[in-house]
Amino acid sequence: MGAISAIAVMILILFQILREGLPVLHLRFFLESPKSMGREGGIFTTIIGTMALTGVAILFGAPLGVGTAVFLREYTREGKISRIIRFGTDCLAGVPSIIFGLFGFVFFVIKLNMGWSILSGGLTLAAMILPTVISTAEESIRAIPPSHREVSYSLGGTKWQTIIRVVLPSALPGIFTGILLSVGRSIGETAAVILTAGSSLVMPTSLFSPIRTMSVHFYILAREGISMKMAYGTGAALILLVLMINMIAQWLINRYIQHRT
Amino acid sequence: MSQGSKIVIKDFNFYYDSSQALRNINLDIRPKEIFTVFGPARSGKTTLLKSLNRLTDLIFGSSHTGTILLDGKDIFDPKQNLTQLRRSVGFVFDLPTPLPLSIFENIAYGPRLSGKRQKKFLNESVEKALRSAALWEEVKDRLHTSALRLSGGQQQRLCIARILALEPEVLLLDEPCSGLDPISTASIEETLFQLKKDYTIILVPHNIQQASRVADRAGFILNGDLVEEGPVYQIFTKPRDKRTEDYVTGRFG
Repeated sequence: MGAISAIAVMILILFQILREGLPVLHLRFFLESPKSMGREGGIFTTIIGTMALTGVAILFGAPLGVGTAVFLREYTREGKISRIIRFGTDCLAGVPSIIFGLFGFVFFVIKLNMGWSILSGGLTLAAMILPTVISTAEESIRAIPPSHREVSYSLGGTKWQTIIRVVLPSALPGIFTGILLSVGRSIGETAAVILTAGSSLVMPTSLFSPIRTMSVHFYILAREGISMKMAYGTGAALILLVLMINMIAQWLINRYIQHRT
Repeated sequence: MSQGSKIVIKDFNFYYDSSQALRNINLDIRPKEIFTVFGPARSGKTTLLKSLNRLTDLIFGSSHTGTILLDGKDIFDPKQNLTQLRRSVGFVFDLPTPLPLSIFENIAYGPRLSGKRQKKFLNESVEKALRSAALWEEVKDRLHTSALRLSGGQQQRLCIARILALEPEVLLLDEPCSGLDPISTASIEETLFQLKKDYTIILVPHNIQQASRVADRAGFILNGDLVEEGPVYQIFTKPRDKRTEDYVTGRFG
């Protein structure tokens, strides 16, 4: 019953958004910049904004998160330090996104004087996705048989070589899944993004340019009653984008796993 | 202690936290012999083997006293290059442990660690190692498929080949046939005979029969004590110690 209702809700949402949104989706909608607040034109700059912001978030969040996971699993034994770090990431995972937004606004935008920008927003999102990246990476590193590491050491491998050549390649599918979840979360995030990356519709020229992501665009179009038609179009594009990213990533993971077994 | 010993173990004690795993071991291993260390489970055989290339370093809370000399040099010397030691004293684990890589990459793993990249060199050393481990004919057409698809016996010979690619001097084999069927076991033993020409081999056999089949000399370990050592025929036909006799005649174990 629960499973059925979960699927029913999902289908209902998809159906509603695609029914309203699909008629808006033409090639021009994707390739034209928004005109008159988004009432006319397309959503090109918001696609660029979304990709730039998510890219920055992953660029900072993924290495930091994977590094933390490697540290927790390969460099410390269970103890005070690892407990503190794990407690910290658990807390981070429970913080509402608007709080991240507020933190990003106060710290990156104002204190570090980076303004509403791709960089401020990206760094804020990086902090937000950190717990996801850490816990999925840690889980997949934990699943690697200790014998693999021992083999590497017994062949004269150093710790670093063992991590680079044995641990990370084996953990890659899991790490990738974590990053994928984070991409989804970054693309969908609205509250934290408005506060840190702004909502400018102008084409960004550098990491310090403010941008508007598709989610924010959707929110503003709907919330300020600018154009429900365009809002649904953006929503449908958003859904298709996430779907596409997931499918490509899944395909890549499968190929990688197949190649190794 | 004779001049020609490859490995000399002197007054060696090993401890896990507070429990003692090896007690006062004294043993000489000669070059190019197969020496077999046998005894009941949990008597310290694996610990002794792992001490010889310091894989015991990875065990948290362990400690040791005494010395182990390889070619006259103390392997616990702080100046000892650990990578070098582990490359010259290769270890084959009791269960086959191919890495989730292709057959080729498994063998090339060791050479790559030391920065060898030239395709030609790697091709040659992979082929040579596989030939020495008597695996080449079976896998030469599928070097780039996953090593996980090999049979258990093939995987274990792959692990031996992986060590051979490092051109070691000593091979440590810890019950290399424990997970294998009799036919695979026979092919591994055949491989060991071939390898004896070039390498010093220390073997923990998975049963006494195997020890008597392949080894030149044997040592019996019981509860961390090296009870006695000597030529295989002597150990198995007229052991000096009552405990060895009881074990080889199957009175316990």
